[in-house]
Amino acid sequence: MQDQTILDQLIQPVIQAAENKQPLRIRGGGSKDFYGNPQALQHSSVLDTSAWQGIVDYEPSELVITARSGTPLAELEKLLHDHGQMLAFDPPHFGAAATLGGCVAAGLSGPRRAYTGAVRDYVLGTRLLDGKGDILSFGGRVMKNVAGYDVSRLMTGAMGTLGVLLEISLKVLPKPAVERTLCIQTIPDQAIKIMRRCSAEPLPVSATCFHNDQLYIRLSGTESAVRTAHARLGGDEIKDQASDKENFWESVRDHVHPFFRQGKLNGKSLWRLSIKPTTPPLSLPGEQLIEWGGALRWLVTDENTDTAAIRQQASNAGGHATLFHSNKTAIPVFHPLSPALLKIHQRLKQQFDPAGILNPQRLYTEF
Amino acid sequence: MNRKQLIEAFRQFLPEEAVLYEAEDLRPYECDALSAYRQLPMVVVLPRTEAEIAAILKICHSGRVPVVARGSGTGLSGGALPLAEGVLLSLARLNRILEIDSAACTARVQPGVRNLAISEAATPYGMYYAPDPSSQIACSIGGNVAENSGGVHCLKYGLTVHNILRLRVLTIEGDILEIGADALDSPGFDLLALMTGSEGMLGIVTEITVRLLPKPETVKLVMAVFDDVRKAGEAVASVIQAGIIPAGMEMMDKITIHAVEDFVHAGYDLEGAAILLCESDGTAEEVADEIGRIRTILQASGATRISLAQDEAERQRFWAGRKAAFPAAGRVSPDYYCMDGTIPRKHLAHVLEQIEQLSAEYGLRCMNVFHAGDGNLHPLILYDANQPGELQKAEAFGARILEICIEAGGSLTGEHGVGIEKLDQMCLQFSDAERNRFHAIKAAFDPQSLLNPGKAIPELHRCAEFGAMHVHRGTEKFPDIPRF
Repeated sequence: MQDQTILDQLIQPVIQAAENKQPLRIRGGGSKDFYGNPQALQHSSVLDTSAWQGIVDYEPSELVITARSGTPLAELEKLLHDHGQMLAFDPPHFGAAATLGGCVAAGLSGPRRAYTGAVRDYVLGTRLLDGKGDILSFGGRVMKNVAGYDVSRLMTGAMGTLGVLLEISLKVLPKPAVERTLCIQTIPDQAIKIMRRCSAEPLPVSATCFHNDQLYIRLSGTESAVRTAHARLGGDEIKDQASDKENFWESVRDHVHPFFRQGKLNGKSLWRLSIKPTTPPLSLPGEQLIEWGGALRWLVTDENTDTAAIRQQASNAGGHATLFHSNKTAIPVFHPLSPALLKIHQRLKQQFDPAGILNPQRLYTEF
Repeated sequence: MNRKQLIEAFRQFLPEEAVLYEAEDLRPYECDALSAYRQLPMVVVLPRTEAEIAAILKICHSGRVPVVARGSGTGLSGGALPLAEGVLLSLARLNRILEIDSAACTARVQPGVRNLAISEAATPYGMYYAPDPSSQIACSIGGNVAENSGGVHCLKYGLTVHNILRLRVLTIEGDILEIGADALDSPGFDLLALMTGSEGMLGIVTEITVRLLPKPETVKLVMAVFDDVRKAGEAVASVIQAGIIPAGMEMMDKITIHAVEDFVHAGYDLEGAAILLCESDGTAEEVADEIGRIRTILQASGATRISLAQDEAERQRFWAGRKAAFPAAGRVSPDYYCMDGTIPRKHLAHVLEQIEQLSAEYGLRCMNVFHAGDGNLHPLILYDANQPGELQKAEAFGARILEICIEAGGSLTGEHGVGIEKLDQMCLQFSDAERNRFHAIKAAFDPQSLLNPGKAIPELHRCAEFGAMHVHRGTEKFPDIPRF
């Protein structure tokens, strides 16, 4: 199919939907269908971006890749891997079909996030289709660019509510020469202290995770730097298996680790609490897994656990709580916004999507 | 609301010395570091607290008086240029560091705190604040947020947007927005990114939480001399292609080398066509490995001389030349005009050639310093404002350089902002529809357009006129060029 034909199949439905005020559910590979408030859109027509794929530009020495939103994440990462580079924000793949567009729209980052940055930190430019059917470009393919407001980063994590992503330019980084995972047996309080030390001292740490009294620390860098840091931190080296399924960090990132799998069982909910990293272990019913140097606490709990208590603890700890996965549908997924922030969100939505047709209520029921 | 009423209203809650309105008191605020543009404001206010700022904004909102925020006034694009009928809101007195949390690796500061003061306060904890714009001794962190300032270590450590966690913002409508969090992310839209680099047009930042990093154990600097700018550019690409992200990578051309060597005697090779400074930081082992690899690559790229700074004093001396580029320009020329384009690095040689041609065409010399790692070019156009027409020539030359950057797939500003200076070029980089969305974003925060109106985003009619002017000059650059 011609490019223009594929593009028209995205533009025309948006224009139609805007005329008829019919909501659209934007979908790439569908690997994150569960995320956000999808039930609000369960009867809406799907705007499928998966055919709009392909690498537009990639020159390893520029550290920039530009690709269409429907490009499978796995394909893009394979290309980078072949050139010794990577997406440093470590995006989760919740399925083989995960696309670049979904990755940026959801704004989720993996284990490396606390050390090398989030998706939004690597987004340099976007081309998008807004709710009026206009194609707009913001940012670009250069590292530094302060011309105009940073709309590209505004799109990151907006869950498609402000525009349909068409093309994205990302900064990429070289893969570290050596990676080594250490394991230290310890208690939660102590684990958080060690995690903080890993951030406060100049150590080549690229991921931390605590679960079941085991603290896992990944070191990334030159052979000599990794060796020295290992000597300083102690702990036993874990040999990761080459196969994805058995790779510890990928299993945590992609939620196939047993901890996350039980969070998807009937009667259970998986909560994501993003909080101030120095917060001592949270006292909440259920099981926890800690990542990001203490800044991310995953909670698997009974689906009837008091939601308000979870949100309150997250707020008290300077952060927020997301109901990441649940079979119970009635609870708002994202942490409520203050009235002043909600007002700004609604106005921005109004400006980019006046007919309210792009993924309405996927993020918040108010817009 | 007239001037007298405004002054009276401010004096209700601000001490006498915090409300300035006599011409001689207003004079220091008539421009920022882009001194070609000057304008006295109606009134300058110097609040000390967030509550005072809120009260000032309330008066301006109800009286429909525009407000221009100002930090230290070191901006290079006229972003803090006052309005004749407006209030200039100086945030310089909100200059306290409120908290350093060494375990969380954060500092909570007021907007008037100087960039360097944060790193100084973090030093006892072995930490620092990474973005280091060249004006860091003087520039305020609030101004850094407004401009999304960078520095010489951006490629590895990012810009302001990558190094802040939370902002407290007052809107012109009187709301307090808590944007970002003590956590690594926050729910809803990424307003933290939207605020960063918004040039004081969306809200007034009253408090900032920045991320601190542990100071690297070791820092080493290599200086390489090339007999051809093209080779130097290729060396930069080769270093990156080899999987190395240097802490800093800076390039200077021949005219710059001569200007700074005369000035600071950094030990630069005057025979060179380009000098590349390449810095590595990290653990001692990492740096030793990295420097070894960098040297090999520079050698293979045809460097005619490679010197590793033997000690900290020599490292500082090598840097001194690069850091003295702007003052050196001021020394070899009565005036200079600093540009700030970014380009994909692969186009460097081509862009420099075009700049050289323009230099001959306009009869003005141009020094080029380049944040080579991240593609940010600072051509310094040398001119003499006392020669009739030279300023206009310099501005026209500068505008052409920015257009070349845009054509090369880059941007008209990497870190200095659009301000009042680059409004016309914004017409080239963005379409009408895109600029409309920028105005719409402003309206979402500031419906009456009272915060720094007229900066950063040109009105449509201005672009229409600018487009017409371009046709007249016979060039073919139009706003609707595809950029992706």
